Amino acid sequence: MATMTFERSNRRLRWLMLAPALGFVGLMIIFPLLFTLNLSLTDAFGAVNAGNSYHGVRNYADALADGRRFWPAVWRTVFFTIGAVVIETVLGLAIAMLLRRPFRGMRIVRSILMVPLLATPVAIGILWLLILDPTNGIANHLLGGLGIAPQEFLGSVSQSLPVLMLIDVWQWTPMMALLLLAGLSTLPEEPEEAARVDGATAWQRFRFVVLPMLMTTLMTALVLRAVDALKTFDILYATKGPGGGSDFEVETLNVYAYGLTFDYQEYGLASAVLVLFTLFIIGVVVLLRRRSGKASA
Amino acid sequence: MKARVWLRALAIVIVCLVIAMPVVWMIAAAFKTNVQVTDPSVGLWFTPTLENFRAVLADGEIVRSLGNSALVGVVSTVLSAVIAVPAAWAVGRFRMHSTGSLVLVARIVPAISLLVPWYYLFAQLGLVGSYTVLVLSHMFVSVPLILWIMIGFFEGLPVELEEAARTDGLSAFGAFLRIALPLAAPGTATASVLAFIFSWNNFMFALILSDEDTKTMPVTLFNFISYASTDWGGLMAAATLMTVPVLVAAVAGQKYLVAGLTAGATKG
Repeated sequence: MATMTFERSNRRLRWLMLAPALGFVGLMIIFPLLFTLNLSLTDAFGAVNAGNSYHGVRNYADALADGRRFWPAVWRTVFFTIGAVVIETVLGLAIAMLLRRPFRGMRIVRSILMVPLLATPVAIGILWLLILDPTNGIANHLLGGLGIAPQEFLGSVSQSLPVLMLIDVWQWTPMMALLLLAGLSTLPEEPEEAARVDGATAWQRFRFVVLPMLMTTLMTALVLRAVDALKTFDILYATKGPGGGSDFEVETLNVYAYGLTFDYQEYGLASAVLVLFTLFIIGVVVLLRRRSGKASA
Repeated sequence: MKARVWLRALAIVIVCLVIAMPVVWMIAAAFKTNVQVTDPSVGLWFTPTLENFRAVLADGEIVRSLGNSALVGVVSTVLSAVIAVPAAWAVGRFRMHSTGSLVLVARIVPAISLLVPWYYLFAQLGLVGSYTVLVLSHMFVSVPLILWIMIGFFEGLPVELEEAARTDGLSAFGAFLRIALPLAAPGTATASVLAFIFSWNNFMFALILSDEDTKTMPVTLFNFISYASTDWGGLMAAATLMTVPVLVAAVAGQKYLVAGLTAGATKG
């Protein structure tokens, strides 16, 4: 009897403890998402208190038929994400293996690894504008020393997106390395020792012993990074401004949706784009999760 | 064998240089005159000047923005911790992971799909530009972050201590307050520092939801690029003022912050 009241009071307590967080999520996340969904079916435009009426899925049809801004933004988002995440994963894994065995100065190295991912993205964007300035920047100065002709970098339509991808690589490879390093530290040593005794080379031990054991961490880190890369905004917007530059050259889905809403006040159409964008991200997560499930099975 | 050790050390040094150099360049530029900043042949050896910092700190707008960033960061972090730490305890202790993952949906949803309705609703309530709205929007990042870190932390605490306290007559809530919460203090501190840093760095929410008086530092810095792009020294000084507090935190709490950042990821 006593235990039962105890359990019952616990049940009430646990919901009491969760209530504020769930309330916040409901009010600030679930309700707004439903609001966006609703708005995407209307012709909302202009002032926020202007009346608007439902017109079905026309916004979705308009977005999906838009080959000038929407689809290029989709492909840029995909290109940016795949490019950046693949490079970050490979480099991050290499750095994690490099730092795996303890050494003096590990503390300093780990502090340095945290710098790019904790520094303010807008400050990072401005910093790279200075470094990559076509005439006054250090980047062209260094390339000149190697005998390479000056580049336009962010001033060029064709170079902007790849250059921003490389900035993303600079900023997020350390995070990948830290995550994988944490994953490596949890692995048991015996399987590797056994492989060494059996005469496996360093590469074979990595490929057939360490990598399979690290797969869960690797896939989790990859999903986390892919989700964030899909949503990249700050540095793109800080360096290239509204629309992602004169020719929309770095306009990803995030930048496009932002412009639709706050530059053009196309609330209805923007909401439809955001619903598609959100579904797209959820799709990517589900897909990667399922693949990782297969990999570890 | 000796050669391999040196090769590894060399590789580590190169990795560190590539990661650190841009930020070192920024801090160096903050101490340069505008002529020196835009002359790439001026490397790291020059006579430093504090002129940029003097100009930046004399600019009321920048000082106010730094204050706004600090205010919004502290208030949103404290409120988030108050909400998220008890919730994390409940999720961790009562194994309610489906409820916990509901909150973590926030990790996946693009922030901008919330910014649209927020702006729409808050504009109708006449709240756009208020500190309230900024704090609420920044909590969107910190509540899930603190929850994420603290669930793992509470699960790592031995449940026996709380059970012992309850046999001694404490209620479950008493056990949380008197036993679990003090033990979780280091984790809470780590999570809060990270939440503050992410609030400090946040750009998109304040870009839309703040006004002239309430805008935070990233927005002020962004506005600077367009009309003061010739003042590279001033820009770099402002960027340095934004970044250095975070770097100090990163170096000081390196071990804990890495643990916080990587929490969850290694557990799948």
